[in-house]
Amino acid sequence: MVTTSTPLTRSMQRRQSRMLKLLDSERFLASAMLLPAVAYIVLLVGIPLVTAILFSFSDATMASPEIDGLNFDTFITVLNDPVFRRSLGNSIGFTVISQASMVVLGNVLALALMKNFPGKWFVRLLILLPWATPIAIGAIGWLWIYDSVYSPIDWIFRQVGLLGIQGDHVGLISRAPNMYWLGQYGPFSVILVQIWRMLPMSTVILMAGLSSIPQDVKDAAEVDGVGFWRTYFQVTVPLIRPIILVAFLFGVIFTFTDMTIIHVLTRGGSDNSTQVLASYAYYKGIDGGNLSQGAAIAVFMLPVLLGLAMILLRIARRSEVR
Amino acid sequence: MAEKTDTRVHRPHIPSPARRRVNRLGRGGFQAATIAFFTIFAAFPFYWMLIATFKTNQDLYRPLNNPFIFNQPPTLDNLKLLFNETNYTVWIGNSIFIGIVVVLITLLLAVPAAYALARLSGRLGEQLGILMFMVYLIPPTLLFIPMSRVITVLGLRDSIWSLILVYPTFTVPFCTWLLMGFMKSIPADIEEQATVDGYTRFGAVVRVIMPLALPGLLTVVVFSFTLTMHEFIYALAFVSISAQKVISIGVTSELIRGDVYFWQSIMSAGIIVAIPVAIIYNVFLDRFVAGFTLGAVKG
Repeated sequence: MVTTSTPLTRSMQRRQSRMLKLLDSERFLASAMLLPAVAYIVLLVGIPLVTAILFSFSDATMASPEIDGLNFDTFITVLNDPVFRRSLGNSIGFTVISQASMVVLGNVLALALMKNFPGKWFVRLLILLPWATPIAIGAIGWLWIYDSVYSPIDWIFRQVGLLGIQGDHVGLISRAPNMYWLGQYGPFSVILVQIWRMLPMSTVILMAGLSSIPQDVKDAAEVDGVGFWRTYFQVTVPLIRPIILVAFLFGVIFTFTDMTIIHVLTRGGSDNSTQVLASYAYYKGIDGGNLSQGAAIAVFMLPVLLGLAMILLRIARRSEVR
Repeated sequence: MAEKTDTRVHRPHIPSPARRRVNRLGRGGFQAATIAFFTIFAAFPFYWMLIATFKTNQDLYRPLNNPFIFNQPPTLDNLKLLFNETNYTVWIGNSIFIGIVVVLITLLLAVPAAYALARLSGRLGEQLGILMFMVYLIPPTLLFIPMSRVITVLGLRDSIWSLILVYPTFTVPFCTWLLMGFMKSIPADIEEQATVDGYTRFGAVVRVIMPLALPGLLTVVVFSFTLTMHEFIYALAFVSISAQKVISIGVTSELIRGDVYFWQSIMSAGIIVAIPVAIIYNVFLDRFVAGFTLGAVKG
């Protein structure tokens, strides 16, 4: 077919082909596609992150939010604050206890869930509920479970005689009818909710790890007559160790940086026995209006996060090579 | 030194069939007990919320009553209070609206970025992809103080638009990462074939790759939406007007008058949100796990 083209259409074609070439140029296309996301992240994650660090070296408050002069004064004030030290200790303690228990429990549960049984999908749905539910909603359910008077745990304890009934006296000693879960036992109660919340996530990650073990490895162990526990600790665990680590690290990151459970359950408690870094940063920085101190408290989470991120990065690199 | 020779024949320990059956039964019983225990642990708070929803005051506030059952006939009064006398429907509306707008923004930013990272930028792209994931790990509890300044300066305080502005800070990195993995699993030959057939690269992506990536896109839609429903601290810090609150904040702050908690209504408000979100989440779980395990599990 012969087409006669006027100079005008020819120049249009040329321009069009130049545009097409531009769209075909990989580098141009790559940067054009990446730009919006990267720009957004730099503007609303990168800059705030730097600002948070700058705030912590300043004396900014909500009333005078300008950063004029950087020094260590705020850090010194924060480090001398006994509540801050308590929060730091709680953050680390709660996270380590809850996530270590979670890895053990998650392994047990994942192993139990590997076999098929009738109604498995429904059991899986129920077990996943805590992780899938908005965290504040789950926590408010627990607030009612931990109620100082109507707690169902207390009711059971009363039935089996662990707690007294109102007006019940043994001689001259009257036994308390309630445990007051969020008072004296606050740290325990908070840790239990953290385990409850993260267990589904670690379980599904560990299940994914378990199902990635090739069948012939399991068969070989069985043919060799290796017992259940030996197979588990000498074959299964080494094979899924990276997955266990991933589950643990995510659990740590989410638990360490969360303030929702604390805010809903105790707000740190009247004696700050359940105060953590994230919640204390919030009460100082937003409720108290002290931007610099709030930021300084929150910035103490950064080294831990960086360390964990490095480990995760290593795992990701290694699995890429494979 | 005399060499010791072991004359015993090493025979693997093979239990007798009867013994094995006992073992298996014991293990089965242990398995059932384990699953039952954890299921109750996970689900009990939801049962507790559900039963409270329909309890009358006289039933609920009597320490001697068995709290696990209805001691008096169930009632719908608590739900009526929730829907008629609180801003509950407004908060649900706000949450859904924010969720939808954030999903759209996330798709707009994450889809092209994920494609570029998966296909166009080679080794650098992979590094950038991992960096994206690391950005997702920067917690809101670290950013909320400078972020609250940004919101004040922009005049968005006490408006749901403040949340629409900041929620993509966690949905975009995570969804880019998820989608990048997904697009890598689509063979590059398909686009090459499409370009040979006369599509431009761009045309190939839109007409050929997008339909193939539909399951991945759907996953991103679901997770962006649920992540916005889960968020708490920004919503707590930026919005204090009842009519602009989201569900998590409204339920935990407004159904309390002074020291009086409207427990039944709080519980019903929670359970109405929890169940649908959990079911949607459950359907898409496997893809979520694949993204989370950083390729350490080949699904």
